[in-house]
Amino acid sequence: MHSEPAERTPEGARGRRLVAALLAALFVLHQDVWFWRDSRLVFGLPVGLTYHVAFCVAVTLVLVLAVRWGWPREVPTGGGREGLD
Amino acid sequence: MTLAVVAVYLLTLVVIGAASARLAQRTSEDFFIAARSLGPVLLLTSLLGAHMTAFSLLGASAESYQRGIGVFALMASSSALVAPLVFLYLGTRVWALARRHGFLTQVEYFRERWGSEALAHLLFAALLVLLVPYLLLGVKGGGLTLAEVSDGALPEWLASLITAGVVLGYVALGGMRGTAWVNAFQTVLFVALGAVLFGVIVGDLGGLPAVFARLAVDRPALLVRGDLIRPLELLSYAAIPLSVAMFPHMFLTWLTAKSGAAFRLSVVAYPLCVAAIWLPSVLLGVMAAVDLPGLSGPATSSVLMRMLRAHAPGVLGSVLAGGVFAAVMASIDSQVLALSTMFTRDVVGRWRLRRGRPFAERSQVVVGRLFVAIVLVAAWGLSLVADRSLFRIGVWAFTGFAGLLPLLLAALFWRRSTAAGGIASIVTTLGTWAWFLSRGWKDPGYTVGGTGLMPVVVVLAASTLAMVVGSLASPAPPRDRVERFLSARRA
Repeated sequence: MHSEPAERTPEGARGRRLVAALLAALFVLHQDVWFWRDSRLVFGLPVGLTYHVAFCVAVTLVLVLAVRWGWPREVPTGGGREGLD
Repeated sequence: MTLAVVAVYLLTLVVIGAASARLAQRTSEDFFIAARSLGPVLLLTSLLGAHMTAFSLLGASAESYQRGIGVFALMASSSALVAPLVFLYLGTRVWALARRHGFLTQVEYFRERWGSEALAHLLFAALLVLLVPYLLLGVKGGGLTLAEVSDGALPEWLASLITAGVVLGYVALGGMRGTAWVNAFQTVLFVALGAVLFGVIVGDLGGLPAVFARLAVDRPALLVRGDLIRPLELLSYAAIPLSVAMFPHMFLTWLTAKSGAAFRLSVVAYPLCVAAIWLPSVLLGVMAAVDLPGLSGPATSSVLMRMLRAHAPGVLGSVLAGGVFAAVMASIDSQVLALSTMFTRDVVGRWRLRRGRPFAERSQVVVGRLFVAIVLVAAWGLSLVADRSLFRIGVWAFTGFAGLLPLLLAALFWRRSTAAGGIASIVTTLGTWAWFLSRGWKDPGYTVGGTGLMPVVVVLAASTLAMVVGSLASPAPPRDRVERFLSARRA
């Protein structure tokens, strides 16, 4: 691990809470009942499809934060430079 | 011409398997989990190859053909959210424990965690039963693709047999190392060719606006979820991707990571990769509804290949067909390898250990190869008689694996959990899964009580309850065993 793991600092604790809140929001946003019968085309696709593609992009952005702040404490990262660090 | 291209492609897979065997160290750890050596990119392509199956291509397009764009929300975006979280919060922990304790299989982990041979044997039997429909999906999907590619020159039974034979070739030769390299090749090939495939077909149909204009007139219901998908169905489908936590092949793939950091790329990139694979499949399925109308039942499973044949003939079509075939085959290899690993180590290996004749490293690999052959022949035999749609076969397989999730959660996080709780959870999962399967097999649109609720929710709830009641009703586990597996959490 690095000398001062991000998750053990006050900033890390705030980050973990933010990640938890964003993940909870994503679970709610996945249930998009608001586009259920809407067939408008947005960016060339039916809005119900465009929304869920955008949802996948949003998940990726939240996961970047989750990897940064929500990494399991007991899992060593190996100290290498693999991945996105 | 098409068959020649596919033949070259299949031969390439076997050559990659053989070449990677030359790199191998001839130990069971290398054959089964590539000596825990995969970096971020190979780990990502291995996970994708193992997870994105005939279900994601042939099954997704077939289901979209009948139920429209909502299929993307049902399986793709829910998997994009759930699967990487499973990798991040469960997969990395399993990897760390495996590294510390040296285990190679799922069964080995649960046996050591709760100290129970009975639980280990029961779990192996349950995983074998649940993996059968999943393997069937791959062999049948591969056969279907190859039969379509050959324009009927190869009957489906022979095409499925060829699929199983090629997988046997490169898995037996290269083990996990070979499988990882073949998966990387297949995933790159499919992602590259998938984009071309989609562009060629859409271009031939006059472009996306023209297709959607036709759909708006002829099949407007497919452009919305409307009455084809119910809100409770969307909600309960989100539990199905939890199955990735207990797929033996995903579990095995987690162990191949060379470091915890190798998981980062897989976690972050997974949602985009899932979307990139599912979006063309869903769109092509919906487009086929107006381009190739009139298909129903299991016949819809070949809709993607029919679109390809109709709009991308000649050499280009052959190469693109090879890409589809690549993705369809990519999961079978890791599934049979995972099963053979568990059979070799947890069934035959334990039996020999009890008789005082432990396995030599070389013998383990030989037995592993033999078991791969047996499993593939059995899957091929079943593919000849199963006539369900690929999507439905997949959903049933995932439902069973999702039901086993409480086992992993309890093993990782619950100090009071016991082997009795684990056994109760497995038995309950198998019982409820079989009961729902018997009711739903004949009815493709089956939901619990016709409410839209998917059986996975009931199976998962019953399995969780069994885990809790079974554990609390049995004596607390020995403290030293709990400390061995959970102490790191308090570090």
